[in-house]
Amino acid sequence: MFFTYLRRELRRRRRAALVVASGLALGIALVIVVTSVSTGMNRAQSQVLQSLYGLGTDMTVTKAAAPTDGASQRPRFHFGAQDDGAKGTQSSDRVFAQGFTTLPATTVTAVAGQHGVASAVGGLSLDVVKVNGQFTRGRFQQQGGTGGGRRGPGGFAQGQVRGGGADFDVNQYSVYGTDVAHPALGPLTSSKITSGRNFTAKETDSAVAVADAAYARQKKLAVGGKVTVKGVAFAIVGIATADSGDAAADLYVPLKRAQTLAGDKDKVTTIYVKATDSQSIAAVKKTIQKNVSGTTVTTSADLANTVSGSLSTASGLATTVGRWLSIVVLVAAFLVAGLLTASAVSRRVREFGTLKALGWTSGRVTRQVVGEAMVNGLVGGVLGIALGLAGAYAVTAFGPTLQAQLGGSGGRSGGFGGGSGGFGGGFGGGFGPGRRAAKSLEVALTAPVSLTTVALAVALAVAGGLIAGAFGGWRASRLRPADALRRVE
Amino acid sequence: MYELTGVTKRYPRGKDVVHALDDVALTIGDGDRLVIQGPTGGGKSTLLQMLGGLDRPTSGTVLLDGTDLAALPEARLTRVRSESIGFVFQSFNLIPTLTAQENVETALVPLGVRAADRRERAAQALASVGLAERLGHLPGEMSGGQQQRVAIARALVKRPKVLLADEPTGNLDEATRDEIMDVLESLWEEHGLTFVMVTHDSTLARRAPRLATLRRGRITVKENTGA
Repeated sequence: MFFTYLRRELRRRRRAALVVASGLALGIALVIVVTSVSTGMNRAQSQVLQSLYGLGTDMTVTKAAAPTDGASQRPRFHFGAQDDGAKGTQSSDRVFAQGFTTLPATTVTAVAGQHGVASAVGGLSLDVVKVNGQFTRGRFQQQGGTGGGRRGPGGFAQGQVRGGGADFDVNQYSVYGTDVAHPALGPLTSSKITSGRNFTAKETDSAVAVADAAYARQKKLAVGGKVTVKGVAFAIVGIATADSGDAAADLYVPLKRAQTLAGDKDKVTTIYVKATDSQSIAAVKKTIQKNVSGTTVTTSADLANTVSGSLSTASGLATTVGRWLSIVVLVAAFLVAGLLTASAVSRRVREFGTLKALGWTSGRVTRQVVGEAMVNGLVGGVLGIALGLAGAYAVTAFGPTLQAQLGGSGGRSGGFGGGSGGFGGGFGGGFGPGRRAAKSLEVALTAPVSLTTVALAVALAVAGGLIAGAFGGWRASRLRPADALRRVE
Repeated sequence: MYELTGVTKRYPRGKDVVHALDDVALTIGDGDRLVIQGPTGGGKSTLLQMLGGLDRPTSGTVLLDGTDLAALPEARLTRVRSESIGFVFQSFNLIPTLTAQENVETALVPLGVRAADRRERAAQALASVGLAERLGHLPGEMSGGQQQRVAIARALVKRPKVLLADEPTGNLDEATRDEIMDVLESLWEEHGLTFVMVTHDSTLARRAPRLATLRRGRITVKENTGA
């Protein structure tokens, strides 16, 4: 009887049922889309952060920034004067730690020993600037031809210097010294080896390198080939492709080799830290900052705060406007569903009064009302889930591209001028100490719908049904049969 | 058997207090048939609701077989209604979305009768009021007389001790009225029910052996010698 009565009543009032279900569906669909887009945003942010940190890294430790003498922290190039007519090419490599800020390798051990630290691995980020080219001397030409030239006052020959100049090619790239003994942490974890192999644990001081795929393409490098850094030939053993955006470096070499190249023996620029518990990252950060002086600890959360650009804006919209919009629509849908159900009960006072006169308990009448509201809620839930999945699918299919800019002032920006006639430019930009370079990445937004989200939608549908049923059921339970029958007289 | 003593029902209407029943004393024996008459607002329906346990008096007792309906907890009162009292209303009060058979079944639901038994007993009850061919019809597909027959079948399917009818022919034409009264009277005789009916119709009132009249909440009962 319960289901027969329920089915017939819903069929009779299908328009009202559809209004209630549609309202709930809209709210639930919005929740699904907003939740899945938020998840997508989080994934995009993680992807962005992972491109910096690599998978599994909870925080990085770098040297705390300190005011320094800028002049002493510029790469200097020395080219010796050559004889007139010399056609030789002059070349100079400068390898220096990024930002000229390093930490002693003992800091890695100190950080690893802190409470809450699962593992800590050091890395040395190097910038390499190679200037390669030749000078041409200008030639002095005396006035009045070559033979028996005129002399000016004081007996000096008069004339002018003509021609000459310089033609130099500047090649800048980055090299990362990685701890080959701990491949699970460090910058290479944000890339996948797509050709060749990764370093082996034994190659701590070998002249081997893994090249970033984009850099390898540009420089026509391949596995089995060689690349020379500051006169040292490295055998390319693998090509790594960054999971998203830019790679951490153009070339990866064993840490010890990198230290030798830069002359920074037992030095690192960054320490990658994995916490024992992902929930206690903030506490571990505090511990490290307290116990290991002169360091700056940056967590994913810190870095996430520096993300700007459309990803940040969209993320902000999803978490604020989207969330509030969902709540408002849901509350409105619940209220409308509740009021419509209560109103439907009011229109059926004679019906329920009669049933109570026949001996139906208030509980049985209430169950009937709640049952109808629950079906409305579930229909709304099914519609909402379908609508929400379609919305999430549309977002993923459309895949709007979001731009993320990761903070950090200074960095490697700035150009190298120069050319014929000498260094007309100079080194622009600054190599700010201890600061990570600003980085811009583009990520496609997805809207993944998890089982949790679907479960949330079902729970909301049930809640919507229960709330609507509670309104109607409360009204029905308070109905006295005598009043119900008297009202229709 | 009903024994009503000092039954008073007052309820507020705006600033005034309406005395729907005023110190009513009434005894209705098992198998009796009583008609209640009186002007509109005289308290007829209120008295019927007291008898049916649909409402409680402001004061006084309403004893049904020694149990005071006025003092029973709601759950037990509901149980009494479901087991012992059948109602027939002026407007039939059928559930519009349920068929004739399902409407009759609704009276058996609170008794916990199994679905198959419910269906069978409902079909029998409808056959007893001449609607064996109309089991699957919705109320909207039937005439007023047929709908009232369904309501009578619904009232009697649980084999109650008491049948209370509030203007059961009020919405029917004369021919149908007589037809329905014939059905009610034959069932009363057949089942040995206590039958109390409220009506404005003097023709019907004359057919009852006892006649109660309610005016301004006060009752007078007389034997109907013409019945």
